[in-house]
Amino acid sequence: MSGVRLLVGTRKGAFVLTADGKRERWDISGPHFGGWEIYHLKGSPADPNRLYASQSSGWFGQILQRSNDGGTTWDTVGNKFVYDGVAGQHLWYDGTPHPWEFKRVWHLEPALDDPDTVYAGVEDAAMFRTTDAGQNWHELPGLRTHESAGKWAPGAGGLCLHTILIDPGNPKRMFIAISAAGAFRTDDGGTSWRPINRGLKSQTELPDPKAEVGHCVHRLAMHRSRPGVLFMQKHWDVMRSDDAGDSWHEVSGNLPTDFGFVIDVHAHDPDTIYVVPIKSDSEHYPPDGKLRVYRSKTGGQEWEALTNGLPQRDCYVNVLRDAMSVDSLEKCGVYFGTTGGQVYASADGGDSWKAVAQNLPPVLSVEAQTLA
Amino acid sequence: MIRVVLPQHLRTLARVNGEVTVDVPGPPTLGAVLSALESTYPVLQGTMRDHITLKRRPFVRFYACEQDLSHDAPDTRLPDAVASGAEPFLVVGAMAGG
Repeated sequence: MSGVRLLVGTRKGAFVLTADGKRERWDISGPHFGGWEIYHLKGSPADPNRLYASQSSGWFGQILQRSNDGGTTWDTVGNKFVYDGVAGQHLWYDGTPHPWEFKRVWHLEPALDDPDTVYAGVEDAAMFRTTDAGQNWHELPGLRTHESAGKWAPGAGGLCLHTILIDPGNPKRMFIAISAAGAFRTDDGGTSWRPINRGLKSQTELPDPKAEVGHCVHRLAMHRSRPGVLFMQKHWDVMRSDDAGDSWHEVSGNLPTDFGFVIDVHAHDPDTIYVVPIKSDSEHYPPDGKLRVYRSKTGGQEWEALTNGLPQRDCYVNVLRDAMSVDSLEKCGVYFGTTGGQVYASADGGDSWKAVAQNLPPVLSVEAQTLA
Repeated sequence: MIRVVLPQHLRTLARVNGEVTVDVPGPPTLGAVLSALESTYPVLQGTMRDHITLKRRPFVRFYACEQDLSHDAPDTRLPDAVASGAEPFLVVGAMAGG
């Protein structure tokens, strides 16, 4: 029987939530790695029981975990992330040069066809890859050594590479996003990269609002059937590209605020997208105390508020950039986690919601796996 | 044989309970006991000190015989009571957070 497994990373451990295809009753296991920050967990598309988890701590640094049985048991794998060659310098918050320093892994993206190959997006921003199931990690240095890298500066959360999208039709093409450098694309498997930020405008954040790099991109999303169409939740503005990032146009439309972190695409309809508007960059909670997912069925611009089952008063949580995901069951499931420790699930494409976990530590990431 | 007390999270990582003991070939220095720990429990590599520079992680402290050895050079000889096994060497997660 089909089912769904949710991999939930939190400030104090990982949790695995499972349900059958009806998605009415959920079992919660965890905390795994209790007391550690779990920025992200993700399963391999080629072997759903092969999971990877990024475990980190301000005290003891970065650990990587691997599971071969869907999260029941875990083994530590390699945690040596060393920049290739001279690390170089980026801009610091005060505008002065600052040396590249590895801090943590923000995002893990297993290859589409090989459970032993995984890409890791790290802080300070760079991409690493393992081809031996996590034992050894090697940087793909073409990104960090891009000619613009000296102008990259950290966002409030650090200079983090937080999004990795692999083109299903051409795995040598990947899209990544860095706060606050912007979006980049490779067409040669990560050897070389180009900024893809034309059309972005950061009116108050950058001295040149249309600069080639420096934009605080919060999240990218694509539908696997249409990898040339990208959606972006920028610091402010929801954006869309119809040419694989070569140019972007704004599709914020009638959103109550276009600040936010998450964005995702319906599993079966590439024009249906979801965001969670957040009031502002200094007020990291929903407008009016109402937690609302907004759905566009037109690929942006026209949005409807989804409120059924979500708190509509006194709600002041945030939804962080890696904390939304969808399943691919016939009726698409949509999931997101909050900094208040709730995980909300919709088994009907967002029409109705319920909290399937209510008192977890602050949620950093949610990944849905559809199980056969 | 050097007795070592690890903090809870490193004991969990290393899958040990209580004190551990390590053999330290050569002089029992601060650096040597850390190397022996990392050799015996490879999962601890990078958790107490940097992989490459071997610099102590900022929120990790080393105590023994009621002394703070955290700022001592790696070739600092450990107290005789630690070298003899009479007293343990403590790896401590620094007090931090709220």
